[in-house]
Amino acid sequence: MTMGILEMFNHANVERNATVLLVLGFIAVAIGGIIEIVPLFYLQNTIEKVEGMRPYTPLELAGRNIYIREGCYTCHSQMIRPFRDETERYGHYSLAAESMFDHPFQWGSKRTGPDLARVGNRYSDDWHREHLVDPRSVVPESVMPGYPFLMQTEVSAKYIADHLRSNQMVGVPYTDEMVEKAQADMAAQASAMGEGAEELTARYPKVQVRDFDGQPGRLTEMDALVAYLQMLGTLVDFSTFKAETESR
Amino acid sequence: MNGYGVAAKLAALGGIALLAVVLAAKGHDAGYVFHAYLIAATAIAFAVYYARDFSFALVTSRPTTEDRYLDGVVKAGMIATVFWGVAGFLVGVVIAAQLAWPALNLDLPWTTFGRLRPLHTSAVVFAFGGNALIATSLYVVQRTCRARLAFGNLAWFVFWGYQIFIVFAATGYLFGITESREYAEPEWYVDIWLTLVWVAYFLVFFGTLLKRKEPHIYVANWFYLAFIVTIAMLHIINNLAVPVSIFGSKSYSLFSGVQDALIQWWYGHNAVGFFLTAGFLGMMYYFVPKRANRPVYSYRLSIVHFWSIIFLYIWAGPHHLHYTALPDWAQTLGMVFSVMLWMPSWGGMINGLMTLSGAWDKLRTDPVLRMMVMSVAFYGMATFEGPMMSIKSVNSLSHYTDWTIGHVHSSALGWVGLISMAAVYDLVPKLWSKSGLYSDRLVSWHFWLATLGIVLYASSMWVSGIMQGLMWREYDDQGFLVYSFADSVAAMHPYYVIRMLGGLLFLTGALVMVYNLVRTVRGGERTQALPGAPAWAS
Repeated sequence: MTMGILEMFNHANVERNATVLLVLGFIAVAIGGIIEIVPLFYLQNTIEKVEGMRPYTPLELAGRNIYIREGCYTCHSQMIRPFRDETERYGHYSLAAESMFDHPFQWGSKRTGPDLARVGNRYSDDWHREHLVDPRSVVPESVMPGYPFLMQTEVSAKYIADHLRSNQMVGVPYTDEMVEKAQADMAAQASAMGEGAEELTARYPKVQVRDFDGQPGRLTEMDALVAYLQMLGTLVDFSTFKAETESR
Repeated sequence: MNGYGVAAKLAALGGIALLAVVLAAKGHDAGYVFHAYLIAATAIAFAVYYARDFSFALVTSRPTTEDRYLDGVVKAGMIATVFWGVAGFLVGVVIAAQLAWPALNLDLPWTTFGRLRPLHTSAVVFAFGGNALIATSLYVVQRTCRARLAFGNLAWFVFWGYQIFIVFAATGYLFGITESREYAEPEWYVDIWLTLVWVAYFLVFFGTLLKRKEPHIYVANWFYLAFIVTIAMLHIINNLAVPVSIFGSKSYSLFSGVQDALIQWWYGHNAVGFFLTAGFLGMMYYFVPKRANRPVYSYRLSIVHFWSIIFLYIWAGPHHLHYTALPDWAQTLGMVFSVMLWMPSWGGMINGLMTLSGAWDKLRTDPVLRMMVMSVAFYGMATFEGPMMSIKSVNSLSHYTDWTIGHVHSSALGWVGLISMAAVYDLVPKLWSKSGLYSDRLVSWHFWLATLGIVLYASSMWVSGIMQGLMWREYDDQGFLVYSFADSVAAMHPYYVIRMLGGLLFLTGALVMVYNLVRTVRGGERTQALPGAPAWAS
């Protein structure tokens, strides 16, 4: 009996049987991930909601997709760590809840450029436009590429409702009304005259409505990207925010 | 092949081409439409290739090859490894130059850093590294099992399927098609295709293990098997997503925020752990003993370090998320397991280096073996640096800086690059039935160019990374931050230039290798003095 158990642990048996090697190997590599990842779907501090968070407006979502398309995450993080220098430089440290509607997350891993988690409302639309078209015209030290083509390219609005629906499917609380009105909402957010702004604000509190690209009458990718950048980190009001639990 | 077989293949490929054209017509975005036409073109190209085989005889006999190894696919893999290697290094030099001189971005959509960076990482990790792993694993598994690859020509499907995956991923990046998951950027349809190819790869490899004629499975194969299985698990889970439409390239990740972040870095770190480590350890365990003509130093050590490395690695992902919104307990687990990883990693290094016991003199005469040893040395260096950087207080300085980039490159260029290229040097003469390489001296040149390149790269990134980290947290005695972010960017310039030069040296070394290999394959070994031997000795 004892011999039998010892036999089992004799490595010669494992390396003589490909299937045993395969199964034991798979068990060994599966454990760590299960223990670390599964609890994140159940723990209070990773699924709690924070007041102010809402899904992205259609225009912001389109801007976010441009941010992803251009690989902005390769040089910019959106995750402020709880250090004195970072909170002074960028603002309140980032909360889990602030990226709960982010499919996928954009925390980033590298700061060739500064963190953008709270860049919203820090600069004017004009500054963003100038900066995106020719970064060194406003920041001489910058090594960022220019994106002049954003001013010329119309943002594609045709399928935006499908994008909202996909987000709905993966758990973002878009209502059916939001999906239905997606295309109209997109145009409304960038309109210079503010048509439809009231309805839009009712659906998406704190939404910023204006012509972001300085080209009234045109709905360009610049509108979308600047709308996205200008809302980053503006939803949660940290003057009233109290962390329910300090355990992180 | 008989007429029916070819006809069926032609019909299937024709069907795929037709379907692809329909998808192109309905496509929602330019990249998707381009990819649909690319599928059609690929299917037609393969159809033309098979059509040459068409025979009106319904049954033809073909010579049986069961008793021989299937090496054609390994040869093709060698060519692909070298080709993608040079391409990946070249893009690396280009984007390094862009960071030093931003005007090189050209401000066109498809030439900016943001789109070229995933092109570089994927080309080097998956195209260069992946082809090296697939080719060597298929070579090694046949030799160590004394069996031909299982499932006939399925290995050729793996080879071509993998190249198609690379082309689709790479062209997609230029169109801005990306999931933004680092080292897993390709979109949903490319992910599905890679899953198919990977399952076929698993079948070929595991099937060959099952039909082996050796009673024991050789240690290199344990590592290759762990690599194949774990990458399948990571790839599938990390890429779970809902496509917006089957006619468009865009999808939304099934997970969000903190869960998405940990799943991505569970993937990301184990792409390092299983693609760039376990797989290449398999390579080391075959080629180092073979080249040194010595047995593996310690059988017991290989067992202990195999099981501990695959068990521990998978926990290390959270060290990419220190001080983020990920819960502290998960960060701490990630840190503790990363530090523990130091030991099995060095177990592998010791086993590799000590295999040379009694054969150290060969370092003087065999530059290929020297390259392998340097590779293992870089592995040891990087697997010390990694655990150190995963300690939270160190990470608070190093994270988000160039130090990480330097760390990655000491292992990618030093460990992965050198061991792969040494394996290529070892295999090419054998596969093309030559007595040896065209020139050992050129291997020596390659060795020094590459080593010097890596040293320039790593040391410039240490300086720039640590300097960045310190500048960001520097306070004056009044309690104000001293530097603006832009100040830290300006301070990086000289180091970015040095890094680019380091990359250029590494690329030059690779080009020397290409020349040497082409001359080797075209025939003729140069009469040459052995390196290290005085001229009169030849």
